[in-house]
Formats: sequence, C-alpha cells, structure tokens
Amino acid sequence: MNPFSSGTRLRDMIRAIRACKTAAEERAVVRKECAAIRAAINENDQDYRHRNLAKLMFIHMLGYPTHFGQMECLKLIASAGFPEKRIGYLGLMLLLDERQEVLMLVTNSLKQDLNHSNQYIVGLALCALGNICSAEMARDLAPEVERLLQFRDPNVRKKAALCSIRIIKKVPDLAENFINPASSLLKEKHHGVLITGVQLCMDLCKVSSEALEYVRKKCIEGLVKTLRDIANSPYSPEYDIAGITDPFLHIRLLKLLRILGQGDADASDCMNDILAQVATKTESKKNAGNAILYECVETIMSIEDNGGLRVLAINILGRFLSNRDNNIRYVALNMLMKAIVVDAQAVQRHRATILECVKDSDASIRKRALELVYLLVNESNVKPLTKELIEYLEVSDQEFKGDLTAKICSLVEKFSPEKIWYIDQMLKVLSEAGNFVKDEVWHALIVVISNASDLHGYTVRALYRAFQTSTEQESLVRVAVWCIGEYGDMLVNNVGMLDIEEPITVTESDTVDAVEVAIKRHTLDLTTKAMALIALLKLSSRFPSCSERIKDIIVQNKRSLMLELQQRSIEFNCILQKHQNIRSALLERMPVLDEATFSGRRAGSLHTAISTSTGAPHNLQNGIAKPAAAPIADLLDLSSDDAAAPSSSGGDFLMDLLGVDLSPASAPSGTSQPPKAGTDVLLDLLSIGTSPPAQSSSSASDILSSSQDNKAPLANLNGLASLSSLPANATSPASPVPMMDLLDGLGPIPQKHEENGPAYPSLVAYESSSLRMTFNFSKQPGNPQMTLIQATFTNLSPNVYNDFLFQAAVPKFLQLHLDPASSNTLPASGNGSITQNLKVTNSQQGKKSLVMRIRIAYKMNNKDVLEEGQINNFPRDL
Amino acid sequence: MGIRFILMVNKQGQTRLAQYYEWLTLEERRALEGEIVRKCLARNEQQCSFVEHRNYKIVYRRYASLFFLVGVDNDENELAILEFIHLLVETMDRHFGNVCELDIMFHLEKAHFMLEEMVMNGSIVETSKANILTPIQLMDKSS
Repeated sequence: MNPFSSGTRLRDMIRAIRACKTAAEERAVVRKECAAIRAAINENDQDYRHRNLAKLMFIHMLGYPTHFGQMECLKLIASAGFPEKRIGYLGLMLLLDERQEVLMLVTNSLKQDLNHSNQYIVGLALCALGNICSAEMARDLAPEVERLLQFRDPNVRKKAALCSIRIIKKVPDLAENFINPASSLLKEKHHGVLITGVQLCMDLCKVSSEALEYVRKKCIEGLVKTLRDIANSPYSPEYDIAGITDPFLHIRLLKLLRILGQGDADASDCMNDILAQVATKTESKKNAGNAILYECVETIMSIEDNGGLRVLAINILGRFLSNRDNNIRYVALNMLMKAIVVDAQAVQRHRATILECVKDSDASIRKRALELVYLLVNESNVKPLTKELIEYLEVSDQEFKGDLTAKICSLVEKFSPEKIWYIDQMLKVLSEAGNFVKDEVWHALIVVISNASDLHGYTVRALYRAFQTSTEQESLVRVAVWCIGEYGDMLVNNVGMLDIEEPITVTESDTVDAVEVAIKRHTLDLTTKAMALIALLKLSSRFPSCSERIKDIIVQNKRSLMLELQQRSIEFNCILQKHQNIRSALLERMPVLDEATFSGRRAGSLHTAISTSTGAPHNLQNGIAKPAAAPIADLLDLSSDDAAAPSSSGGDFLMDLLGVDLSPASAPSGTSQPPKAGTDVLLDLLSIGTSPPAQSSSSASDILSSSQDNKAPLANLNGLASLSSLPANATSPASPVPMMDLLDGLGPIPQKHEENGPAYPSLVAYESSSLRMTFNFSKQPGNPQMTLIQATFTNLSPNVYNDFLFQAAVPKFLQLHLDPASSNTLPASGNGSITQNLKVTNSQQGKKSLVMRIRIAYKMNNKDVLEEGQINNFPRDL
Repeated sequence: MGIRFILMVNKQGQTRLAQYYEWLTLEERRALEGEIVRKCLARNEQQCSFVEHRNYKIVYRRYASLFFLVGVDNDENELAILEFIHLLVETMDRHFGNVCELDIMFHLEKAHFMLEEMVMNGSIVETSKANILTPIQLMDKSS
C-alpha cells in the first residue's frame, strides 16, 4: 500500500516532514501528499475527508499553495456530523478569504447552520461569519445575526456580538439596527457577553455618531456601575488573573468610557470618581495591574479636563518611568508623548530621565525617547539638550544615527538662539555624521554662514580645522570647500579673529592643498568635485601666486566623463588663461543670500510634504519655521503644486535669477513698458555700476543650480554668457554683444536691436457683469518664447472697488512673472483703470498655446468679492 | 481592528501556528514572518517585549522554545496583550497538560479551536479558561 495514501494520519505526515533533512526533501514529501489528497478529492472519498483537510491546513501553514482544497471545505461544512463541520469551518477560515468567489457558495450552508438546533453549530457558523464574511454575505445574513443577539445561550450571544462588529464594518448602513440590541448587551452579567458587548458598542460609536449620542445618554451610568462592581468584586476563580478579576474587561470598559468621554464634559464628569478609584486602588506589582493603570491613564488624558485626575495620571507615569522593567518604561514613554499636549510643564520635570532613555541599550525605548525629547525642546533648554544629543551621536550605532541626525538638525535650526552657536553645533554634527545630513540642511547652513558676516573668519577657520580631521563626511567637505573658496583670504590672513579662537597659520598653498585633497578624495561625487572646482577658481583670484598650480589641477578634469566637470574645467581654464583682467571682478565675494527667500522657497516646495507627513498627532511641524511663501500654490487644481509657477509680484531675487536663466539676456534690453520692482533688480544686476551682485549672481546660480542638479548645463552657459557680456558692455545696457571671445566655438546669440515684434491683437481675457480685463500683447525680438502682457482692468459697475488683487497661475510648461499693479483701487463705471504687467515664458512656444487661470479679489461696499476664471483664448503662437 | 495576527514560532524560525485576521497573500506572509522573527530572535532578555514594525506593533514573549508573537494596531494596550499571551499559554497548558511545542504541532486543529474561542475578528472574546475549554472538551468526548 502506498505509504502516502490518504490513509496516513496527520501525525504520520508531520513526522515524515520533520524527518526531512533538506528543503528539497520536504518539498518532495509535500508534493506527494498533495497528489494523494487531490486523488482522494477526485474520488469523492468520504471517510478521510477531514483528515485530508487537516493535512492541507498544515501544508498551508508551511507556505505551500492549497487552493484545490477549497471545495473540500464546502463539502465538509455541508455534512451533518459535528467534527466534520468543525474542520470544515476551520479550513474555511484558514484557507479562504473574503475575496474568493467560492465564499458565496457557503452562504446557504451558513444560513442553515445559523438556524440549527445545536447551539455549538450555531456558534461555529457565527465564528466563521465573523472572521471572513464579505459585504454581500453580511447583508444577507444580518437579520439572522440580529436575532441571535438575544439567544438564550450566552456563548452564542457573545459570538453574535462580535459577528455584528464585522457586519457593521462591512456595511455601515446597517448600524442603526444594532444600536438597541447592543446597549441591552451592556446590562449582562456574563463576562464574555459583556466584553463583546462593550466591543460592539465601541465600534458602533466609531461608525455612527447617532449611536455615540445614544450610548452616551443611556448607558454611561450603567457602564460606570459595572466597572465599579468589577473593581470591587471579591475573588472569582474563573476570571482571576494575578489577583484582579478579569483585567481584560476592566480595560475594555475603560476604552469605551474613553470614547464616550472624549469631547463631552457631562460624560467625563460621571466617570471621574470611578477613574480616580481605579487609578489609586489598582495594584501595580503585576503586569495585569499595570495594564489597567496604563489604560486608565490614557483615558484620563483623553477626556475633558479635570485637574486632580490629570495630576494623578502624571504621577503614575512618573512611577512607570522609573520602573526597572523595560516594558513599563516603553509604555510610559508612549503615554508621555500624548501627555505633553495636555500638560507640558509636568513632562519637563522628567526631562533627565527621558534623556537617559535615549541612551538605553534597547532600540525601541531609544526611538520613543528621542521622539519625546524632540517634543520637549524649547528655547530655554535647547542648549543643554542639544549638547547631550550630540554627545550621544558619537557613540550611537548606525541605524539610529540617521534618525538622530535629522532630529538634531531640525532642533538646531528651529531654536538656535544665536548664529555662532548654530554654526558650532552644525559643524559638530557634520563632523560626526555628515553622511546622514540631508541636502537642504547644509544648504541652510551655507545661507546662514553667508548672512553672518562677522563670523566669516571664525567659520572658515573652524571648518578648515574640522576638514583636516574628518574628510570622509561628504557634507562637511562640501561646506568646507565652499567656505574656503569664498573666504580663503580671511583664512590666510587671520581676519576677524574672535577671542575664543586659537591662532592658526594657514598659507595660501595650504588652502589649495585642502581643496585638492577634497577633489582627490571624493572622486566619485559630482557635487563635491564641482564645488571644489569653483572654489579653486575663487582662490586663484584671491591668491594670484597659486594660479599656476590651480590651473594644473583644473586642467586635469578637462577630459572628465562627467559633463558638468568637463564643462566647468574648460570654462575656468579659459578664464584663467585668457581673461585675467576680468577675473577678479568675476570672483568677488558673494552677496548675502537672502534667508527669508530661501526658507520661503524651501517651505513652498515642502508644502505638499508637510500636509502628507504622518508624524506625532499634534500640531508641531518639524523644522519649518517660516510659512509657505507661495501665495498661488493652492489656486485650484492645476495638476500639481509645482505646476503653478508662483507669480511673485514682489520679485524673488533668487527666483528671478534661476528663472530668467532660460531666457537669455534680452530681458533687460528694451522692455516696452518700464520694468517695475521685480525686473528692477534684474536691471541692476546687469548694469555695470553694481558689479559685485552681478558677477556673483552667476556663482550663486552655479552653486544653487548645481546642488539642486536640476538645471541643464545650458542654463549655466546662458547665465555666464549673459552676465559676462557686461564688462564689454560698458556704455549701454541696451546694445548687445557677440559672445565670441568668452566661449570659444560658440556662435553669438543674436541680439537684434530692439524693435517691436509682430503685433498681436488685444484680447478681452475675462469679462463678467462687474469687471472686464483686457490683455495687450507684445513680444521682444529674438525671444519668441517670452510674451509681455499688459493687463487692463475696467470696472463695469457703479461701485468703487478697493483692495483690488489680481492673481494668476499657469501650467508647468509656462513661467509667469507678475509686476505690482498700478493701484489697487478701481474707480466705478470705467472712470479709470488699473494696469498690471505680466511676463509669460512659454517653453513649448509654437506647440502649445498659453492658458491661464485667474482669480480677482476686491472689496465692494465693504464686502469681499472673488471672481475666478480661466483664459483659453490666447492667440495660438504666443 | 485590534489584533492583526498571532504567530507561534520556534527558535529556528519555523512557524508552528499562524492565525491572520487580515488578508495577506502567501508570499507576503512568508516575508512578514521572516522579518519579524529575525527581529525578535535578535533581542535579548533585558529588552522590552515590544517591537515596532511598519505601521503596527509586535508584542512577543518566549516560552521555552517557542516565541508567541502578536501583531497589533498602534493604539492597542500592549500590556494587555502580554496578559493575553499568558492567558493563551495557560489555557493550552490546562488542556494538554504541560503543553510543549510538539503538542501544538501534532494537535494543530485543537490549538486553532482554542484560539478561535478566545479571539474573533481581531478582538478578544472570552477570557475564562473554563468557558473556552468546555466546547473543546465536549467535542473530544463525542468523537
């Protein structure tokens, strides 16, 4: 006889599987068994059906596919005997799930079993239903389950209650039918029914608000009484755990009370006594008692305020925190995070203990403690806390470092009292864990450094020292290289020494050495090398004696395979060789990078990130101190946030630079309308009188664009091209200049003298009963992608409009720039008008026409009015 | 939903009992079991019994050669789940008499029945050992 026939008992099969030495053997055994079982199924073998199913379940647990057994489950369920039904239902729950269509076939059997006379079979059916029913089955069988909620046998009642939970979750509309039966369950004596009844009410309240109201009004006193009875009950052998009667029921009741008390002062009042009793009388020597106390504290924290109770709760937490058992400490840290919202002072008192927990050997506790510390930091304690955290950073292990670094950086940024402290801390963090620091963080550091002009010398010296010791931290190298390039002369001449510094002698060639080390060390990192190259160029202007050496280093990258490096080295080489006369002007010190703009832009680009971040359930935002500065970012649904190019009528200095890169230097030459504030800055830049901002803006756009890696090299080229036309352009900003001498081999970008381009008809862009907006178009020669629009607003109503504001948004392939309007009061009935200039750049000019969404807001008779619209009728080839 | 799954795994990482209260495919289950077991086996006695994994928590406890792991939602009371694990072990102990890993392996269906009486759809149903074991004892007598 085949040893693997279906005659084998389950245990023999298990023995056989255990005896296998390798995975291949096991697979073979399982395969044979499955084949035997399949044969038996085909023969419709009655006797060993349930044995086969048991085997199938074991095989399923091992991880092998067993779908051929699903019909067997059904046949077993349909049979009359209890053991068969039992195994059949078990198989059903294990091997199937609610998505399988086979499940529908079971519905009929389930219905019959729900009406069976044997209560155990009814229980079985309820169990199966409660675990895997789908929405249709729920709808079909809900009336049966409702009836069973009042069955005579408590076991059936409790199972029916849990089954109802699943039904309600699947089909929320049926919730109303269950409200009454559920609340009557709460008056039961049997613990099983009570627990499930409480659970049912909890889920009802979550699903339907009228259920919540009903339960609040009718059942709270009953619940409180039940809890009191249980807490005071004498020893009961059935339910006793560690001296407490049925802690699970305690906890369930407390949970339900929490849901009922949240947001409702009356309900909370009823509970105060019993909560106080539980909190004080429960023994906390055993885990069961602690579990109850934990739940009690959570409830106290969530319901409406009662001073005495809250103090009680925080005391309990303090006790937990100093408990030696790790589990208890973990739980306490969890609770404290919620408590901080409620009472921050009390939590501050435990600061020292929490700090200890950050250094604990247990990873879960460390994580919780770190999050808690992050919430605890405020202006007064930021210095000592940060010091502790940074000390710990040095000894922490790798997985934790990333988290820790991110938190320290955002803390430092948010709360730094003075710049020098900020720079110090950031330097320490960079030296320790520079590789974990995110890009925006060290960008922000550079912005701050450039703003702290008295600290330049100190910073560059500190960076130099740090650089000597920790060259493998990428971000540190980048920041150091940038600073050495910018402020190299301060380094060598010991400019701006502060009292706390020690003197340090650095020669010019030392600085060049440092940058050279950076290039050699980080051969694979594009950003670092690029930054190092430009730092070298700056140094060559500051220290002319080292020019030769610098030139040699730069030339080594001429054949680099990375386009960015190759391009830079060729350009810089050109500058060094042929253009010494303009070199110093080109490489003067950079202007102060505008912090407000930077953080505004950063906050704007993180706008969506913030709204989707999970994080702790309270209103603190990590690290973004200034609100998003993009006013149009939420102007309706224009595909995505970065689709709407923010139209800043004030003119972001940095934005202009990077935005205008794509439309080479024709901007200043001859705009027909006089440029307003935004383009003023640009004109200033490109006029000769104020050279420093001009030239350094090229390095600004270089740095920022390289570190964002999203501008094509073409932008750089154009940037350099446009701006380097200046020196030759001594007299008139308007006359164009061929680019030949700077860029070998590049043809001149044609700049015809200004004449008005082809005329476009003016357009009534928007008209309503109260307002008309007309657009007049003009284009500049040589720049077909950019259009200048003059918008004129006319008031068609007899009322004056005040606080007139026009906003516009465009899709991704367009760039929009709004100048400030001529005024913001629009006189009535067309007696005057407001004009406003717009500049639109169409990167798909010729292929896609312009489209714009507009919003006009004004006050009429002290009422706010808002008009919105979309303009689709722009001329095609704008 | 409270409890998401209950696993019993031995020290070599082999699953002895698996009960899931939410649907996962076979590959997902295997991957999940492997990851979690590795995490728990790597911890020592001193560390706390709670591990955070993805968006839920695992509460675990070791009894002789078997690890009992329960995956719960984030808002569940962890200490209560620890109690529940102990209750489960005590119930099985009362039924099998000095339960060990082999008992569970060879009487897998009984272990499942017991678990079913205690937990349904992710919530705890019954906490009294007597009530849990009555139907099972009846069934044993009748078969």
